[in-house]
Amino acid sequence: MFAANSIAEYLDQNVAWLNGCGYWVAALIHALLLIHVFALSPFAFIWLERKVSGRIQDRLGPTRVGGLFGWLQSLADGIKLIQKEDLCPPAADSMLFRSAPYIVCVASFAVFMVLPFSHGWVAVAADCGLFILLAILSLEVFGIILAGYSSGSKWSLFGGMREAAQMVSYEIPLAICALIPVIAAGSLNLGEIGEMQRGGFWNWFVFHDPFTFFAFFVYFVVATASCKRAPFDLAEAESELVGGFHTEYSGMRWSFFFMGEYASMFAVCGVASVLFLGGWNTGLPFLDDALSSARLNGATGAGPWAAGYLANVLGAFVFVTKASFGVFVQVWLRWTLPRLRIDQVITTCLKYLVPISCFLFLGATVWPLVLLQVSQTTTLTAPLGDRFGGALGEARLRGSVPAASVSRAQAASVSVSSVGEVAR
Amino acid sequence: MTGHSFLFTVFALSTCLSAIAVVISQTVVRMAFWLIISLGSTSALFFLADADFVGAAQLLIYVGGTLVLLVFGVMLTASGPYLKIATAPGETIIAGLAGLMFLMIVFGSIQAVDWTGGSAPEVSRQRDVASAVSSGNTLRPIGLSLLGLRVDGASDSDGGIEAPGYLLPFEIVSVHLLVVLIGSAYLARAKRSRQSAGGNVSVA
Amino acid sequence: MSANMNAYLLVGAVLFVCGVICMATKRNGIGVLMGVELVLNGANINFVAFSRFSRLGLDGQVFSLFVIVLAAAEAAVALAIALNFYNNHLTIDVDRANKLKG
Repeated sequence: MFAANSIAEYLDQNVAWLNGCGYWVAALIHALLLIHVFALSPFAFIWLERKVSGRIQDRLGPTRVGGLFGWLQSLADGIKLIQKEDLCPPAADSMLFRSAPYIVCVASFAVFMVLPFSHGWVAVAADCGLFILLAILSLEVFGIILAGYSSGSKWSLFGGMREAAQMVSYEIPLAICALIPVIAAGSLNLGEIGEMQRGGFWNWFVFHDPFTFFAFFVYFVVATASCKRAPFDLAEAESELVGGFHTEYSGMRWSFFFMGEYASMFAVCGVASVLFLGGWNTGLPFLDDALSSARLNGATGAGPWAAGYLANVLGAFVFVTKASFGVFVQVWLRWTLPRLRIDQVITTCLKYLVPISCFLFLGATVWPLVLLQVSQTTTLTAPLGDRFGGALGEARLRGSVPAASVSRAQAASVSVSSVGEVAR
Repeated sequence: MTGHSFLFTVFALSTCLSAIAVVISQTVVRMAFWLIISLGSTSALFFLADADFVGAAQLLIYVGGTLVLLVFGVMLTASGPYLKIATAPGETIIAGLAGLMFLMIVFGSIQAVDWTGGSAPEVSRQRDVASAVSSGNTLRPIGLSLLGLRVDGASDSDGGIEAPGYLLPFEIVSVHLLVVLIGSAYLARAKRSRQSAGGNVSVA
Repeated sequence: MSANMNAYLLVGAVLFVCGVICMATKRNGIGVLMGVELVLNGANINFVAFSRFSRLGLDGQVFSLFVIVLAAAEAAVALAIALNFYNNHLTIDVDRANKLKG
């Protein structure tokens, strides 16, 4: 199940003194790397939030800590928060009150397990990666609800209830919108989906057909809501609920909620970039081709290993840039739009977003059949079968995808075309 | 002890202990908390048993959907903070004893049956599919079997005949879910409560 | 404890028994519901274990998927009933549902 296999095998074969514990060491390495991503992305984005909000409000934002642009401001915040007293109000259910922040943190950390950062750079390359990712994202709400309920304060309770109602509704369009590019791709494996969009930005799924184009924007709105960001931050609406679900929290436990929030912002934007915006592909055909051939040569031993590695580093850089731009847009939205009312939030979801996403889903399903009728091909851009086969074939070379899934994929594409025949 | 069985022990213990904690806890929110831990560890057990898709479905539907709904229900039906409806101690003891005896019987029968007997001839699975399934990549075989197409080649004891897929149950479950959606929305909609003078008791 | 079929079945049995005790002793309606969820999960573990360790193949996994989906449906209906009950009795104590006793 773990794609730590490559590192694990390498350690087992080349480092004698580990005698068979390579699997654990590899898992440890992955966990350490991911913890750093999880901890550093809030670090950067909290600074970004302060800076952007300052600029939008015609202020300077942080300028002092760390010299230029105050880039160490988040560290200063963190040190301040660690020093604060860890309070637990007497009316609270102390066990639940104390454990709620950990649920939020663990859930948003676990999302990074299945998120690919570059070609093959993923801790757990599961076949149903996107499905697992959505499942883990949906766990975060529990920490919020428990925090709200166990605080023993009416503000927190209102915040928790709003969050529960909002999340239960917004999960539906989130999942449906995430499935629309999956229809185009024919795979739930995030690595395969990213690899299919190689070779030019017109191969990105956002430009695949009109339905995926609109689905991208619906997904982004819903993802913003599912991270409880403004204008959907009803759970912590400070003008009416003091602090919402985190009214009673202080110090480190309070900051855990916000680490979770910023990390999950990064995660949903990362998913958006893999599903719609080409993931780690640059969008420029010659650059993509050069990078992928460098990767392939590095993996098979035909070229320098370091070149393949550098190509992957560049891919990860592209991915993080795309995801960070998504986070920037979310921050920008927060400081631009006023907060909705709770009934407006639920109405937006149930009366508009769910029908829209269902319509887009149906449209994306019918689109290849219509194209088949009109122009004898299933996509406007490049023949899907070629790209699909190419990506899978390459993955198969690396030994990560069993032959079965390739043949299944071909069977699936055959069955799609046969459905087209029947429809005709 | 291999890594796999170590992980299995950890998650099996956490599943069982939190299930026991669900029984012992008095407040219903704590029950919900322990239930989350228990069901989450169960999904980890599914991942360990090479059933990735089922594990993810467990997390998404059970933990992320059903339990949120349950906690929501707890909040809506609590007449005070940390509502406690205590069970009589006598009942608890009797139920505990009966449960323990039942557990003993089940344990005994599990140990008594030779489960390996039937699985000796591992017949006629296509090898590539079998390897995909055993590494947890069950997504496409399950999806195709829900469409009525069996690709894992499970055959009858006579051999040759493909086992049927699950298109019909899948459709029935879909219709069932739609019926349930409409029915529960109808049941739970805001009604005029007899006790509250004139005001609507809003439930959603 | 090694991860063989018996170990999975034992975990399933513990979950099942806990669920049954929960259903029998809890007086809170939602607590009873949680017992049902535990029982269904015990069954699910068994299905997955049989799918992994016996000839059952994928059938066990498909069955457990159906169980999960139907459990979600059951929880939704039961919760709607519990809310109705609360609206009528202003409590969720199932022992108070004795109108039909005569």
